[in-house]
Amino acid sequence: MPVTQHDDTTVWHRRTFKQTLAHSAMWLGGLAVFAYCWMQISNSTTWFFVWDAPRIAGDIWSRATPPKWEYITQLGRPIWDTLNIATLGTLISLCLAVPVAFLAAHNTTPSKLFIRPVALFIIVATRSINSLIWALLLIAIIGPGVFAGVVAIAIRSIGFCAKLLYEAIEEIDSVQVEAITATGASRWQVMAFGIVPQIMPAFAGIAVFRWDINIRESTVLGLVGAGGIGLQLSASLNVLAWPQVSLILLVILAAVVISEWVSAKVRGAII
Amino acid sequence: MSTHLDTVIGQPWKRPPFISNPILRWGLVIAFFAYLIAAYMTIDINWARVYAGLDRGAQFVLAFTSPDFTSRSSDIWGGLMESIIITVAASVVGILISIPIGLGAARNIAPLPVYLICRGIVAISRALQEIIVAILLVAIFGFGPLAGFLTLSFATIGFLSKLLAEDIESMDRVQVEAIRASGARWAQWVNYGVQPQVMPRLVGLSIYRLDINFRESAILGLVGAGGIGATLNTAFDRYEYDTAAAILILIIVIVMALEYISGIVRARVQ
Repeated sequence: MPVTQHDDTTVWHRRTFKQTLAHSAMWLGGLAVFAYCWMQISNSTTWFFVWDAPRIAGDIWSRATPPKWEYITQLGRPIWDTLNIATLGTLISLCLAVPVAFLAAHNTTPSKLFIRPVALFIIVATRSINSLIWALLLIAIIGPGVFAGVVAIAIRSIGFCAKLLYEAIEEIDSVQVEAITATGASRWQVMAFGIVPQIMPAFAGIAVFRWDINIRESTVLGLVGAGGIGLQLSASLNVLAWPQVSLILLVILAAVVISEWVSAKVRGAII
Repeated sequence: MSTHLDTVIGQPWKRPPFISNPILRWGLVIAFFAYLIAAYMTIDINWARVYAGLDRGAQFVLAFTSPDFTSRSSDIWGGLMESIIITVAASVVGILISIPIGLGAARNIAPLPVYLICRGIVAISRALQEIIVAILLVAIFGFGPLAGFLTLSFATIGFLSKLLAEDIESMDRVQVEAIRASGARWAQWVNYGVQPQVMPRLVGLSIYRLDINFRESAILGLVGAGGIGATLNTAFDRYEYDTAAAILILIIVIVMALEYISGIVRARVQ
């Protein structure tokens, strides 16, 4: 125990001298890195704009309030598109994520050496690239529109769903699988009656959770031209129609809150 | 029970349905297909355009086999450094701010008014997407990494404070009471009673958030908030798929490295 003698009393310390030294060095290093980063940011910032920011923020606020409520009549179709992008994207991604998850889980993969790394790479690659970047890419390939948004959301969600799903598959109870195997079931029957019932609650939870995230993401996909309410947002921003922007932001906020509420309710009912 | 058995014996077993009420079950199935058809009808897919674009898609996939790191190397390098700088600075500031807010948002250690204010901050930060915050901050603070830095700091607060508060709420009361019984002041109480219990998870979550912040910083450039996104967007606009492929490969590699490091760190602190 790190204690020191002061006259006759022993004093307890949290760390030994060496530990304190290492700790301080770590903090100092971290501080230096942060100071360097801050200097870089500060160098590429026009500080005049920053000092002027409160005035600008007040100006934007005064332009944006009150929201232009009658504009909501034009938002029906974009909201429907946003909902479609999220829902269809989630459905497609689930169809693609299930086989990837089975190939990636080490208790169901056909080959640990060749197929599992490929499946894991698909998971990392699709997960690490943001849906906006996927949308940007798909717009260049298949043209702007709702369909590009659906595909972007679908690709982006594969990694997330497959990762959570394969972790669920790895955690299943092997006793049930063995029992089904012992009855003489084929590989597919083992899958259908031994594994699938065990991962079904996790699967449903993942699906609803991802749908909720996808609603959020699909509201902004329009910024790069992939349909949905973001298209209206970027159009309004481009013409500096701030009352419309504030209304659209309120609608997006409402959509996010509602989808979170729905997903919490459904997950509560399943699990 | 026995009459039930009599009717069941001799019949082949059938899997019980997921939803037992048949009206609800078939109603849901029909509603689902009706929605699918309605959704499909309203998305007008221009198959001719898709077909024409497949060629470009193939080009892009091929570009991954020969990514071009060299011809725009200074742009890529500059953008990537800016992304990393934004990520690190925003993570540090976000974590520092989210610790007091996390303490305030834990019902078992904060008084009600503080709790409500902190929960409000968390809710606002979580409801607004990064990219929308970035648009507003770029409009207010001008183009450049400062807007990106502020955006990611703000997003970090919502994420980390919420999870930290939940962790504090589920901590062991006995240790905290023992520290308090020894006559500790509030700061000592938090430092020796609460902090050791939540520290491993806080470190793990912080590194996870660093990872998320890097991924998000890759798109901030699309709206002018600094980072690699601007370079990537330009590469797509100019159809320079080999450069775009190089940037995407770099992002994937960095994210993989961060995930690997976070795995090691989390294993060590827990």
